[in-house]
Amino acid sequence: MDLSLSTRTVTGVGGDRTVVEVGGEIDVYTAPKLREQLVELVNDGSYHLVVDMEGVDFLDSTGLGVLVGGLKRVRAHEGSLRLVCNQERILKIFRITGLTKVFPIHTSVDEAVNAVD
Amino acid sequence: MATVELRFSAQPEHVRTARLVAAAVARRAGVNEAVLDEVRLAVGEACSRAVGLHRSNGVTTPIRVVLTEEEKAFSIEVGDEVPGAGVAAADAVGVPGARSAAPAEDFDDADGEDEMGLAVIRGLVDDVEVSAGADGGTIRMSWPTSPADILS
Repeated sequence: MDLSLSTRTVTGVGGDRTVVEVGGEIDVYTAPKLREQLVELVNDGSYHLVVDMEGVDFLDSTGLGVLVGGLKRVRAHEGSLRLVCNQERILKIFRITGLTKVFPIHTSVDEAVNAVD
Repeated sequence: MATVELRFSAQPEHVRTARLVAAAVARRAGVNEAVLDEVRLAVGEACSRAVGLHRSNGVTTPIRVVLTEEEKAFSIEVGDEVPGAGVAAADAVGVPGARSAAPAEDFDDADGEDEMGLAVIRGLVDDVEVSAGADGGTIRMSWPTSPADILS
């Protein structure tokens, strides 16, 4: 399965949040598309991102690298990057790599868009 | 002798094929269903790393994946043909705690992906060996099989 991406703006308690809904497989082949999308959003001035990973079937370290890259970009603008994920097999990869300490991971888009630091 | 051997040109789009084949052969070999996700991820990481090594070193030969059904185990060997590439990898894998000592923020898009891939493999697979030779490096991983599961 290929990667699918769609974005929408949701207004949370802390302001507007751009929700990136990701579906399919994020691997060495498809990760560049996700990277392009995140870079484009930041270049367009969206610094508060929520990446919804509920539709992701597969994630590898290439995908993690892209998410970390996205986090660095938004942080350079005092922004945020939050993840939405409830899938154990995906969460496991974040735990193995220690990235659960780096990304705020939420159980729903609603929770993520309304989260404030 | 290998149960299934796969060779693919060092292109990212073929890594998915390697994952699918490895998972299918592992299932047939009797690897527990619950572990198949790990097999899929680990073989994908090993292949992604090999593809990256071949491409960054201008190596045009294919990546080799050997899937072997043994008596009580299923093993996967992923070989690259970049001389000495496995040495750094062996160092990275061989140092316990090296991964946790490096802040995760240090990984950016391209930098450190190799290391993160190995960290994922290391975290997933109990039995893993990384070796290097003059002809290239090999990552060998194996999982126990339960023959009874094949019948059920």
